[in-house]
Amino acid sequence: MTDVRYLAPRTLEEAVSAFAAAQGAARILAGGTDLLVQMRNGILKPGVIVDIKKIAEMTEIADLPDGGFRIGAAVSGAAMAEHPRFGKAWPGVLEAVNLIGSKQVQGRCSPGGNLCHGSPAADSVPAMVAAGAVVTLQGPQGRREIPVEQVPAGPGRTTLAPGEILVSFTLTARPAGAGDAYLRMIPRTEMDIAVVGCGVNLTMQGGIVTAARVALGAVAPTVRLVEDAGKALLGTRLEDAALEAAAAACRAACKPIDDKRGTIAYRTRVAGVLLKRTAAVAAQRAQGN
Amino acid sequence: MPKVHVTASINGEPAEFLCDPDKSMLEVLRNTLGLTGTKEGCGTGDCGACSITVDGRLVCACLMLAVEAEGTEIGTIEGMAQGEALHPLQRKFLEMAALQCGICTPGVLIAARALLEKNPDPTETEVRFGLAGNLCRCTGYDKIVRAVLEAAAEMRETVA
Repeated sequence: MTDVRYLAPRTLEEAVSAFAAAQGAARILAGGTDLLVQMRNGILKPGVIVDIKKIAEMTEIADLPDGGFRIGAAVSGAAMAEHPRFGKAWPGVLEAVNLIGSKQVQGRCSPGGNLCHGSPAADSVPAMVAAGAVVTLQGPQGRREIPVEQVPAGPGRTTLAPGEILVSFTLTARPAGAGDAYLRMIPRTEMDIAVVGCGVNLTMQGGIVTAARVALGAVAPTVRLVEDAGKALLGTRLEDAALEAAAAACRAACKPIDDKRGTIAYRTRVAGVLLKRTAAVAAQRAQGN
Repeated sequence: MPKVHVTASINGEPAEFLCDPDKSMLEVLRNTLGLTGTKEGCGTGDCGACSITVDGRLVCACLMLAVEAEGTEIGTIEGMAQGEALHPLQRKFLEMAALQCGICTPGVLIAARALLEKNPDPTETEVRFGLAGNLCRCTGYDKIVRAVLEAAAEMRETVA
């Protein structure tokens, strides 16, 4: 005997009203790769499960008229990898999403779930922040859009209002000379949680950086946009001094914890190293476009 | 909450079942439908022993609610052989001793088939990454990887 209810609404309006009506007892089900684990471990006992995968907007990758993309919050990592154009425009976002778990997990996990689960070490989030993604939220008060970096509030927590559901991520069209990358440090080659994650998004003209955004994961209670690191790269040719200044900004932005995956000192040092490596990949991609 | 009635296709056959809304696909496959070829290892999506396909997509059955199966096509290890004729992957696993205790084997086979459908000519590295979500605690991965590469080669010849 069980008292949980399962709902699979066809429209966003139905989903929002069911989610809001349950007043905190409901959980959103996208890929379920975190939710089902939490239910099994007894961490969560939702009264209502609202499956959002029957809502077209949640599971679509839409091409926007200006050349950008709108990614539904419940699109799977595997579906993003199969899209013919998305990974060419945003290779860093795609490689970050595709680092979430195994091939089996990729079949279900979504960027929306990765963000709303609220892990500081979520792989797709630094890449989305570096990319300047804007998220669309819908709740009882209507629809709003905010920069993705404003969503995480702390481990396991977000700034979403009660009853609000993450609908999609919007990524803009890419100018010529743009490239992004995501690298993470893990002690093995696959299937692990980031000790440090770094997303870098660059635009370059004639070898000079004209726009730069840097984000770090797993080094603070939330994923962080490191504005000072972006500023340190702006107007440079990514000379050693510029990269060292950006690395220093990354180290300064770290407020990590000591745990079995890495110490405070180690994570802080690796953040700077990873910035340099990730920027090199992003620059190579930018100059190839 | 009463049980939910779910209609799906399992290994190409129509299937219906009743389930509690919080039951995983794995629990229903094994305990309701008696399809015990799909194994439970960790129950948290880390080991791949419960690998199945849903509308052709490789997933862990432990990370999916059974109610989500409504209207889908599920593929399990029971559908891999055609009657008495083993799938080339199954045959190579036997010939090349790519299993010992066998608990991980159904999941490995389902994941390997999904890999070869997308990439019929994988490198060894691609096989290793493709099967990174399937843990084996006794055979060791070398025999598994070699058997998948051999099966892939044979399947390419058959197609050609």
